[in-house]
Amino acid sequence: MKKILLGTAALALTAGVAMAQDTVRMGTEGAYPPYNFIDDNGDVAGFEIVLGNELCARAELTCEWVTNDWDSIIPNLVSSNYDTIMAGMSITDERDEVIDFTQDYYPPTESAYVAMSEEADFESGVVAAQASTIQAAHVAEGDAALIEFATPEETVSAMRSGEADAVFADYDYLKPIVDASGGELMFVGDPVPLGGGIGMGLRESDTELKEKFDAAITSMKEDGSLNELLVEWFGEEIGQY
Amino acid sequence: MFSYCADPETLDGLTWLSCYLTTGKHMAFYGAFGTVLLLLAITAPTALAFGFGGASAARSSLAPLRWVGKAYISIVRGVPDIAFFLFFVIALDQGFEWLRHQALCPGWDQPVRQGNDFVVCQAAKLPLSSAPQWIHEVYGFFLAVLTFAIVFGAFAANVLYGAMRAVPRAQLETAEAYGMSQRQCFWRILVPQMWVYALPGLSNLWMVLIKATPLLFLLGVEDIVYWARELGGTKTPQFTDYPHGDWRMWYFLALLVFYLAFTRVSELVLERIMARLNHGQATSGGDAQRTTA
Repeated sequence: MKKILLGTAALALTAGVAMAQDTVRMGTEGAYPPYNFIDDNGDVAGFEIVLGNELCARAELTCEWVTNDWDSIIPNLVSSNYDTIMAGMSITDERDEVIDFTQDYYPPTESAYVAMSEEADFESGVVAAQASTIQAAHVAEGDAALIEFATPEETVSAMRSGEADAVFADYDYLKPIVDASGGELMFVGDPVPLGGGIGMGLRESDTELKEKFDAAITSMKEDGSLNELLVEWFGEEIGQY
Repeated sequence: MFSYCADPETLDGLTWLSCYLTTGKHMAFYGAFGTVLLLLAITAPTALAFGFGGASAARSSLAPLRWVGKAYISIVRGVPDIAFFLFFVIALDQGFEWLRHQALCPGWDQPVRQGNDFVVCQAAKLPLSSAPQWIHEVYGFFLAVLTFAIVFGAFAANVLYGAMRAVPRAQLETAEAYGMSQRQCFWRILVPQMWVYALPGLSNLWMVLIKATPLLFLLGVEDIVYWARELGGTKTPQFTDYPHGDWRMWYFLALLVFYLAFTRVSELVLERIMARLNHGQATSGGDAQRTTA
């Protein structure tokens, strides 16, 4: 009798472990609208949250969202504090050496400069960008002086306060801000194509999970639902699959 | 929160503000004050315990114990806080998981380190990835308390070590002459009298600890500074019912008032404790009490 009890207990335990594998913890920044942000109720919301939930549903996974500071988002992924990153992270060779990416779920788009006036000197003046982003790397290569901030919000504030002549970020992040400013802010210069699109970041050792999400993204691209979502969040002018 | 908050665009003035200040996000902000206070309430005694242990070890008559105590005090005091918070916490977390991995998954054949990745079996994850989010948050909070306690414990250890040496040697000699053992001398004579020498240093540490709590966000705990930054940032109408400009100044002003009020209350409390400790002591404060009495 005792043995049978032990046996059932062991079975229950292993079943618990098997269940445990089904929860995928999704890391995001929660400070980059419309990709991801914290809504009025204090919950995560945005394009990537809707997309991520749909991908999880298609891959038959239980997912849970976790917010993490942008600066330490990759170290916390590789040390397994969560399993994926969906935080508007562009696929770059540099990042690909440390983590793996799924195929892109957001096409390669343009980054843009925003300033307070048409004459703003974004080529050799002071340009604000978020630290550890492709935009910051791009500014650092050019003639302009780069000032970096931990959050995208602070880059825009720095430009508004005159600390920086212009701010350089993803076009789709800046657009709602420019629209809401009532003419105070404007795009300056030509947009710059940067990065290889946005993908979901995963640990290099997590190939099985990567395949599941890749398959889910492919199915969303094929049935057009990803395009619908892109248009819903970013407007008609967004590049589509 | 309130029934009239359904359509904030039609509101203005105080009604708008009353809705704005009671959104779920603001509730999380108010809750974060509790988190910070709870952290302080748990960390301060824990750090003091670490400090007491460190100081007692550093003046132990056993050489290896003495080395451990002194090494703890000098190494932790020498490492910058921010490096400690970024590196040590991840290392600590991985250390726990590695130990559990060794114990729980003996049949695992893959390496734990795979390139940059740190991979342990599912059962060794801490907390389990199937655990609800609040357990992850409690675990993060626990790591924060432990890290704060280790860092501030080292400083407290140095303060207490100095305070133990400041107790007049004659007191201990008298106790020994009465036939007390080393242990009795320590607990009955040294410890009760050292606090008066330790308090100025400890009160400094307490003030620094209060102001160090924003480091919490590095550990993934959403504290008041995180929420102030998040709430104060410019909100465009597409993503919120309550669009506003850059209000970070007001939120940080509120934090300033909170921290100032908190340090002021601490000062008052510490003053009272000091008066109590000075009572009957051969210190300048104790002498002053005798002459006025």
